Amino acid sequence: MSEPRVGVYVCHCGHNIAGTVDVEHVAEWALNLPNVVVSRENKFMCASTGQEQVEQDIKEFDLTHVVVASCSPHMHEKTFRNACARAGLNPYMFEMANIREHASWVHANDKDGATNKAKALVSAAVSRVIFHEPLEPMQVSIRPETLVVGGGIAGIQAALEIADAGYHVYLVEREPSIGGHMAMFDKTFPTLDCSACILTPKMFDVGAHPNITLLTYSEVERVDGYVGNFTVRVRKKAGMVDQDLCTGCGSCWESCPIRIVDNVFEAGLGHRKAIYRPFPQAVPKYPVIDVPNCTYYKSGKCRMCEKVCPTNAIRFDMQDEVVELEVGNIILTTGFKLFDARRVPNYGYGRLENVFTSLEFERLTNAAGPTEGKIVLRDGETPPQSVAIIHCVGSRDRNYNTHCSAICCMSSLKFAHLVMEKTGAQVYNFYIDMRPLHKGYEEFYHRIMDEGAQFIRGKVSEITDAARSPEEDGKLVVVCEDTLIGQQRRVPVDMVILAAGLEPRADAQAVGYMFGVGCGDTGFFTERHPKLDPVATVTEGVFIAGACQGAKDIPDSVAQGAAAAARVLGTISKREVALEPIRATIDEERCSGCRICNNMCPYHAIDFIEEKGVSRVNPALCKGCGTCVAACPSQVITGAHFTFDQLMAEIDGILVDVLSDQPIVEAV
Amino acid sequence: MSDNGTFTPVIVGFLCNWCSYRAADLAGTSRMGYPATLRDIRIMCTGRLDPTFVLRALQKGADGVLIMGCHPGQCHYQEGNYKAIRRFALLRRTLRQLGIEDERVQLHWASAAEGVQFAQTVARVTEQIRQLGPLDWARNWPNEDPYAVEEAVHE
Amino acid sequence: MSNQKPKLALYWASSCGGCEIAVLGLHEKILNVAEAFDIVFWPCVMDFKYADVEAMEDGEIDVCLFNGAIRNDENAHMAHLLRQKSKVLVAFGACSYGGSMPGLANFADREAMFQWIYFDSPSTVNPDGVVPQKRSDVPEGELRLPGFWNTVKTLAQVVPVDYFLPGCPPEASSIEIAINAIVSGELPPPGSVIGPDVTVCDECSRKKSEKKIQRFYRPQEIFPDPDICLLEQGLFCAGIATRSGCGAKCPSVGFGCRGCYGPNEGVLDHGAKILTGIASVLDAMTAEEAEAILDTLPDPAGYLYRFHLPDSLLRRKARGNGQRQPVGETSQREPA
Repeated sequence: MSEPRVGVYVCHCGHNIAGTVDVEHVAEWALNLPNVVVSRENKFMCASTGQEQVEQDIKEFDLTHVVVASCSPHMHEKTFRNACARAGLNPYMFEMANIREHASWVHANDKDGATNKAKALVSAAVSRVIFHEPLEPMQVSIRPETLVVGGGIAGIQAALEIADAGYHVYLVEREPSIGGHMAMFDKTFPTLDCSACILTPKMFDVGAHPNITLLTYSEVERVDGYVGNFTVRVRKKAGMVDQDLCTGCGSCWESCPIRIVDNVFEAGLGHRKAIYRPFPQAVPKYPVIDVPNCTYYKSGKCRMCEKVCPTNAIRFDMQDEVVELEVGNIILTTGFKLFDARRVPNYGYGRLENVFTSLEFERLTNAAGPTEGKIVLRDGETPPQSVAIIHCVGSRDRNYNTHCSAICCMSSLKFAHLVMEKTGAQVYNFYIDMRPLHKGYEEFYHRIMDEGAQFIRGKVSEITDAARSPEEDGKLVVVCEDTLIGQQRRVPVDMVILAAGLEPRADAQAVGYMFGVGCGDTGFFTERHPKLDPVATVTEGVFIAGACQGAKDIPDSVAQGAAAAARVLGTISKREVALEPIRATIDEERCSGCRICNNMCPYHAIDFIEEKGVSRVNPALCKGCGTCVAACPSQVITGAHFTFDQLMAEIDGILVDVLSDQPIVEAV
Repeated sequence: MSDNGTFTPVIVGFLCNWCSYRAADLAGTSRMGYPATLRDIRIMCTGRLDPTFVLRALQKGADGVLIMGCHPGQCHYQEGNYKAIRRFALLRRTLRQLGIEDERVQLHWASAAEGVQFAQTVARVTEQIRQLGPLDWARNWPNEDPYAVEEAVHE
Repeated sequence: MSNQKPKLALYWASSCGGCEIAVLGLHEKILNVAEAFDIVFWPCVMDFKYADVEAMEDGEIDVCLFNGAIRNDENAHMAHLLRQKSKVLVAFGACSYGGSMPGLANFADREAMFQWIYFDSPSTVNPDGVVPQKRSDVPEGELRLPGFWNTVKTLAQVVPVDYFLPGCPPEASSIEIAINAIVSGELPPPGSVIGPDVTVCDECSRKKSEKKIQRFYRPQEIFPDPDICLLEQGLFCAGIATRSGCGAKCPSVGFGCRGCYGPNEGVLDHGAKILTGIASVLDAMTAEEAEAILDTLPDPAGYLYRFHLPDSLLRRKARGNGQRQPVGETSQREPA
């Protein structure tokens, strides 16, 4: 084994590092560290000159390891690894010391402290790097089939892009029809396109596409495998209608005597039957029976639908069907849930009659909705003469969700327009900030202002029906602070619309767990990198798109759906994907079969081999977290690139100036 | 290490790649100031934290150890930080019995967006350890061997 | 090359005598030892004096089996002397390898121990307050006692050691393997531990499954199922992190391994490995839940470092120097 030969490069990063850390001194000092044969400083290591210097030195000085002290590895680890690779050095024989984000930028008032810390971090990297192994990424083959979970606009877009490219897609949707929340909307901002008009052609394409297998009224139950080779168990719920025979004529639901409140598609405002199709343009067009509400399942009687069905398509004894899908990639597009406005008791939703949520209002104004598009109060007849629209309900609020829901300002503007157009009522928008962020949105805001909506800046404290004056009698009073005039106001209106926020689905955590995707502090799925990689996740082969990744509007959902599809198509076309070599391996010769590691892994990557009495890590499933490595009481699991030796050396190196190797020699 | 008589602690940090390390990066890009006492080591997940690392840092001269990871329920690898919680609980009890104050080894959480909280945590922990004074662990076993020619080297 | 038999020395420093008995536990194979070796020093069993060793040439002893920890000047003197006079020095047994029971004194120090032993213990009668002195004058002359150290050390912390034979005591089978290796010359590289590099789990016949510990039991609290892993039943068992070679005798009779064979290759702190193995499988998702389970495991440091405290990374409890906790206290769970 030859002696290690380490090259150290300390970056000035212009003034960013050199303004605080004494870079020349650090580079000079580093030359004295064990195994260092060359130590340089450079104005900008990441520039071509910096990288070329590294490549040149590797060849000229026969370097076996390289350390760059500069910015965060999250910025440039890949850059310098690639430089090493170009010079013929395995890219994993490289380590970075973060002396910018973790030193110069945070200890600007303590130059000595920053320089000292920089030296410690360089020493740590030099000590660690000599234990690095020349790792090779693992290649796995990719099945061309894709699973898309969730049939809203993001999922529909993703599915169509992949299917149009010639590859097969399984689109799984929990409800009886695809379409998601977008199918519920009336008009979309800022164009005021009819939502159904722009959505249904895409829905139809999905339903008719030869490359898409649509599994509606279905749920994913289990996911096994790894990128390129997932096995997904899907339960197709029994809809009690034989889809090979049903023509979608509607006789069954017209005759069904059971009428119940539709809490899903009609947002609780309208009704449906026990056998139903969620909405007229549903894809697929087949109805399903809502078993808990169907008379036949309660008492054995009725069977009206069966009697009237012209093709004999009703099957009361249909069973759920469980299928196993083999796919190479998975895209999660499970969407959002609306904030439950009942959680804000002072806004009166659920108690005061004419307080509506945004989704309820969408159904109200939708021509296919329960009031045929007439904007009326709960009595079903009276149009309002004044309407208040409250922004940020349940969003930007420490009591509920701290995040901004991205679409509520625009929806509120849209509602204002629809109310004014259809009823001529006076509209008041109660806002905190106006966030018309994207193309055409600011212009839409001005249009609504021009159309006569009144904008009051202030957080609404209460909506009450307790009148304090004759004008307030029989009205809903919006109590708020008008911050622009610095006064409290009471604004009496007939109707209140709450722009409720977007939240992650109630089961997001459980669903994420099933796919190996975590949830962040707001509960939405966690992307691999919030700026540079918003559709990938930490699990290879699993992508997220649309509102499940974070509140967003339709254009962004479509863009993310397409982005996820592009990533999937990229891996399919390469036929193989390289997995990061950071993973665990168990030394089976020395494993004693204690099985402590067995339940350390949330990815089920560790199996116990009964015949040999040892545990084994599946390298394709392993994500490299190192939890099993740290748990092993006999220290026989190696965590590649984060080994025991590497980390112990790093600790010793980081304490270079305080190291206590020798006991103090003192008189007893 | 001291500066005009005030003791400057040396604290070894273990930061997880996805949350606390990025929180530290964010503190950097936001130019938050905090004491130059934390020397951090990156691990992929707090689940990688072998208690041996903490003991090594203390043995080799650190005055304290700060472990920071993703908030429970938000671990990038689902559950690594729960194991860190369990190991830390037993480690803390053991360290107490070895006469090491609770404040010297601490476990905290910071998400990738919490640059401010990261800086505040480092500042707070630094102060707590500063109050305790240097740990200087090797001083616990001065040489008592009258026959020693040179000290036995402990690895 | 002479025909003389290789010279063997056995010495006991701070120990209980169990290792000596273990050698005798070879039973009839002890005759093989007597046949193969010329025993030149074995104060436990035969009448030898230190002067005999001092008179030897350097390296004259071929193999020295040294048991017992180093906790006073006499232990250290003999460690240095025997190192000088021996070609191969073997740390025999847990005391010399890891510190073992004498090593538990590292939870205290000389002052605290003398205070307890010579004054405070309920069975002490010491009206004149006599405390051991390094030098005492008596009518016959001067009496000397070896200096009593504050910190117990392992043999390797005092002199370079060639091989380690773990166990408290090492099982007869382990001793036999070591003796045979020495006799045949087929020894592992110097500095090695002689023994298989797997844990007690490998030799334990109990059935192991995925573990989830909900609470710990003291050994007297339950009758464990004879076929299931003891740790899974809440009984502390360090076997998960302890080198095998003993035949898993303790777990086989329902008593959790106490860790006397020490750690496996590459492990620098035995207690830390037992800690991580046990803590990782606590059935707890919050700090509160973990604390509740750990409340059922008293004296964790004692369990984790029973045999290898001096050999651990921290070696001992902090000694008071004004800023630290006074020694001699048992651990109480402080309110959070």
